[in-house]
Amino acid sequence: MKHFRSVDEAGPEAIRRLLDLADHMAEVSRRPNPKVPALRGKAVCNLFFEDSTRTRLSFETAAKRLSADTMNFSVSSSSVNKGESLRDTIETIGAMGIDAFVIRHKSSGVPWQVAQWTGASVINAGDGWHAHPTQALLDCYTIRSTLNRTGSFDGLKIAIVGDIKHSRVARSDIRAFTMLGADVTLVAPRTLLPPEIDVPVVTELDEVIDKIDVIYLLRLQRERMTESLVPSLREYTARFGLTPERARVLPEHALIMHPGPMNRGVEMAVDPSELPGSVITQQVTNGIAVRMAVLFDLLGSGSDLEANE
Amino acid sequence: MSEILIVGGTVIDQTGQRRADVRIAKGIVSEVGEGLTAVGGEVTLAADGCIVSPGFVDLHTHLREPGREEAETIETGSRAAAKGGYTCVVAMPNTDPTQDSISVIEYVRRQGEAAGLCDVRPSGSITIGRLGEQLSPLAELAEVGVHLFTDDGDGVQDPLLMRRAMEYAADLDIVLAQHCEVRRLTEGAVMHEGRCCSKLGLPGWPSFAEELMVFRDIELVRLIGAPVHILHLSTTRSVELVRAAKADGLPVTAEATPHHISLTDELLAGYSALYKVNPPLRTIADVEAVRAGLADGTIDAIATDHAPHAPETKERPLDQAPPGMLGLETALGVSLASLDMPVADVVAALSWKPALIAGVADQHGRPVAPGEPANLTVFDPDAEWQVVPSELASKSRNTPFVGVPMRGQVKHTVLRGDATVIDSQPTR
Repeated sequence: MKHFRSVDEAGPEAIRRLLDLADHMAEVSRRPNPKVPALRGKAVCNLFFEDSTRTRLSFETAAKRLSADTMNFSVSSSSVNKGESLRDTIETIGAMGIDAFVIRHKSSGVPWQVAQWTGASVINAGDGWHAHPTQALLDCYTIRSTLNRTGSFDGLKIAIVGDIKHSRVARSDIRAFTMLGADVTLVAPRTLLPPEIDVPVVTELDEVIDKIDVIYLLRLQRERMTESLVPSLREYTARFGLTPERARVLPEHALIMHPGPMNRGVEMAVDPSELPGSVITQQVTNGIAVRMAVLFDLLGSGSDLEANE
Repeated sequence: MSEILIVGGTVIDQTGQRRADVRIAKGIVSEVGEGLTAVGGEVTLAADGCIVSPGFVDLHTHLREPGREEAETIETGSRAAAKGGYTCVVAMPNTDPTQDSISVIEYVRRQGEAAGLCDVRPSGSITIGRLGEQLSPLAELAEVGVHLFTDDGDGVQDPLLMRRAMEYAADLDIVLAQHCEVRRLTEGAVMHEGRCCSKLGLPGWPSFAEELMVFRDIELVRLIGAPVHILHLSTTRSVELVRAAKADGLPVTAEATPHHISLTDELLAGYSALYKVNPPLRTIADVEAVRAGLADGTIDAIATDHAPHAPETKERPLDQAPPGMLGLETALGVSLASLDMPVADVVAALSWKPALIAGVADQHGRPVAPGEPANLTVFDPDAEWQVVPSELASKSRNTPFVGVPMRGQVKHTVLRGDATVIDSQPTR
């Protein structure tokens, strides 16, 4: 695999391979010295055109645990608009000898454009509303390691709740969960759904809350109200928030997931630390393992996972 | 100006189709008939297997000058037009400054004359600066020969202002042309709203944002009676609305672009801004509806919406790249490849029907007959070819048709007896 830009582009075989590889990486991460020389001499550039401290730190940690050299290039899109074009930025940094670009951009499709201008691998760390494939990987990894579902997600009922329309996490998760065999249901008002989708939808959380194995809550951005997509946060929480009442109706084994950052009191109207099914911090931890897996799969040469440096 | 004899072709015009050679002298068609022979000094243009038709007329060309000369100039755009078989183009008014005053209109006209590769007929904007706030001096501009007025790039959003424009225009013998898009419904839109935009995570441009304005303007025509031309119609329902308006006898005309009869929204899957255009590429069902609209005459004309953009602008992220694609040099090749229509009907949609709408039917889109102005296009309707961007006459390269099979190639173009294109190459 040359690039890792979307779940669909990678395909089911690669997704399974990366999840298996993440097991090894998680094991590396648990060592007293969680570092292997697998990517020594490789250069990874984190190119974040949109602020995302947590994703950038996760990628940076993953690269460092594999002994890659990392560079961080943070830039707001506006300053790039004023001066250098995206192409010139990529070609300039690429000329410094980069093996992989990790790219976050507010515009959908940028990882595909960037790949035309560099010979390096391109890893999508989130593009617009489109895709966030390493988030999908870490979500799959979290589900399978917690529910002991290493084979497949056959029969697993997952509800993704909230602002699907503007969510790259939702788009990638729907594809990945479905690819592994899960039954995905979307829970949202029509204003927060993309048009003409072929995934089952319910418009009230209470219709499904007692029948699901995983509830995946999405962040509701406050500007959605000024866009008249929901009347108020209060009404959103009443229909789609995870409230203490709903938490009591959730099946006991059900997992509670969120990509972060959470809006407490909005989609998360209960303290997740009091919910035994919450795996939100595991998601963050697993993010490092799956990102190590992706970096190693794209840049590694098959050896060197064993020895500590 | 040398005298010309076009030999071996089949003439197609509004009077029918016949085998005939065409002699041109002093800018006028002097003789049409079989077995004409060249006399001393005449240039012979071979037309074996070719159609000889009235020159093409484009209702919708962005020449970019003044203001965006890095993308196109009136000269390079005129050359592209000639190569595409056009003898007349209507220059869209979204220049900088806008074509809303006599001085800018005259500048564009003069630059067109200086290039001398096709007739450049500037359109005027309906509102000053295309801002949708205040009417342009429609009568003053009509007085200097502007026939088509449009705020293209934007529709006139305010229904009251559009009503006023139509009432004022009703007695001026001009036509208002509308870019149908209710802006409030397309804010931030990058591509057609539907299955593909959902998958690609791109903001959608819903069909009904076009249809609402098509409907509004048809009802204004019903109320006021002034003619309206619908630019680049792109959806199934828009075609139905125009069909019904024509059945009611309303003075509504419409055009469709070559890209809306050949390309679909699925092409955006690779995130290339070459496929970003406004209105957006739509679904195959829409493409088929627009083709059917052309076939039954609901849509009068094929118009290019030729929209050159400098390469670096098309390399921006998709939501920041400007919409638009080249069209002049590929219109015939795309049309014949995409439309299941008699060649004569395609020629009608490229020539005499748009000539009527543009108000140039005294010079262009004339029958090929003695005494008529020699504005002619000679094309091989069966030639198959491929687009090579570096060979385009346009200053820009933003064609979406690389790799798309073209059928039908312009061989020669004659503007008032002067060959602007010979053997598919511009003469200057």
